[in-house]
Amino acid sequence: MGKQRVKFTFTGILVKDPIIYGLGRDFKIVTNIRRADVQEDVGWVILELDGEEAEIARGLEWVSSTGVRVDPISGDVIEG
Amino acid sequence: MPFVSGLKCRECAREYAAEALNVCDFCFGPLEVVYDYATISEVISRQRIAQGPLSIWRYHDLLPANSDDPVDIMAGFTPLIKARGLGKKLGLRNLYIKNDSVNPSFSFKDRVVSVAATKAVEFGFETLACASTGNLACSVAAHAARAGIDAVVFIPSDLERGKIIGAAIYGPTMVSVHGTYDEVNRLCSEIADNYHWAFVNINMRPYYAEGSKTLGYEVAEQLGWRIPDHVVIPSASGAMFTKIWKGFNEMACLGLLDGVEAASFGADQNTAHHPAVTTRMHMTQAAGCSPIVTAWEAGQSQIRPVRPDSIAKSLAIGNPADGIYSLRVINNSGGSAYAVPEEDIVDGIKLLAETEGIFTETAGGVVVSGLKNLADSGAIKPDELTVVYITGNGLKTQEAVESVVDPVLIKPTMTSFEEALEARRGR
Repeated sequence: MGKQRVKFTFTGILVKDPIIYGLGRDFKIVTNIRRADVQEDVGWVILELDGEEAEIARGLEWVSSTGVRVDPISGDVIEG
Repeated sequence: MPFVSGLKCRECAREYAAEALNVCDFCFGPLEVVYDYATISEVISRQRIAQGPLSIWRYHDLLPANSDDPVDIMAGFTPLIKARGLGKKLGLRNLYIKNDSVNPSFSFKDRVVSVAATKAVEFGFETLACASTGNLACSVAAHAARAGIDAVVFIPSDLERGKIIGAAIYGPTMVSVHGTYDEVNRLCSEIADNYHWAFVNINMRPYYAEGSKTLGYEVAEQLGWRIPDHVVIPSASGAMFTKIWKGFNEMACLGLLDGVEAASFGADQNTAHHPAVTTRMHMTQAAGCSPIVTAWEAGQSQIRPVRPDSIAKSLAIGNPADGIYSLRVINNSGGSAYAVPEEDIVDGIKLLAETEGIFTETAGGVVVSGLKNLADSGAIKPDELTVVYITGNGLKTQEAVESVVDPVLIKPTMTSFEEALEARRGR
């Protein structure tokens, strides 16, 4: 089992989609929201995912495929 | 570390000991250094600063690392130059350039890395690490060499040769990652979680970021303990932008500026704003990666991450960690944000070189073109005291300006020389 901290960013109509619900329903992952700011056409959620490493990777791949952006919680770690 | 009280979450205000941490365990918000300003105010003075070394460590009372034996390659105390040529071209009579391209590894990153490396040694780390598209890798490798510890730098596999050599010369373990920007980002974040290394901009980030405050202190000191009416700054993560503002406000609150009474920092040290600090903070980003500018223009409080597509690679951070905080600084200071068209970046590099004799990298082209926009639009008046920050050296991004190479070719005779000279002059 492992834990991963991630940030999801939703834009446009994706704001209305129950992505986090889907992640918990379709994958063996426990989602734990810590902070969020959701507005009409943009929103982000910072959460912790708990599950098998491979399952988390599979789940995040699915989240990305929906168009939701997945990032490390501290923003980009690559710098100039 | 006599003047640091600990770390504090910027979002939920939970407090932590001053350890190698960068996010709050509760809300995952960013952690910031908390200072004991009451004690600092008892010891700090202009004289004490002036007696310090000609590096960022002259401001050691306001830095979060033990200054007895800093990892110091003499970063900082770079020239502040009256820009007569550029000022004349832009109609600005009171323009200064803070030339940070002359730092030891040729960018402002030496300021932040010097603090992070000092802290890493203090914590007992034996490896200094980062993920970088250039300047940061050079600085991390140089500081690790100075400290006598290992360096591991992760770079994208398509990084320009000049930057690779600029970092490799210091002898780090260089890991070239073949993958997309997002993949490199995620991998490095995961490695940082799994290895006991001091990643300068991850687990060392609260300390690292504080190094940029010295860009504010130095400008104030070099202007005779006063601060500018305007500053123009290139931005990527937004951290340097917010820290220059913090530096100005710390100096004001501690009573170090001319004619300014000391004042309380208030409940939140990171948002302290002394009424005497009236500097307008202007941010510039390259149009190919301008998430903060886009949010500011739309009046939004959130940043929409983007996939960078810019020649200004040192500014190419698509998901800026300090984006929302820099939006607040722009708004609180009455500043602005401008996305420089990609085609204007090289023009900015050339303009600075041809008017001031300073060769800057693409980030400098962004900030000079941004300054031109502010001058042309009248946002900066001709006599207002303005400082533009040049943060990196042009030798690092020579590919961007290769088109300037156009020598006069002649035979080894006077006739050939004079004919060629006449032809060139007649253009």
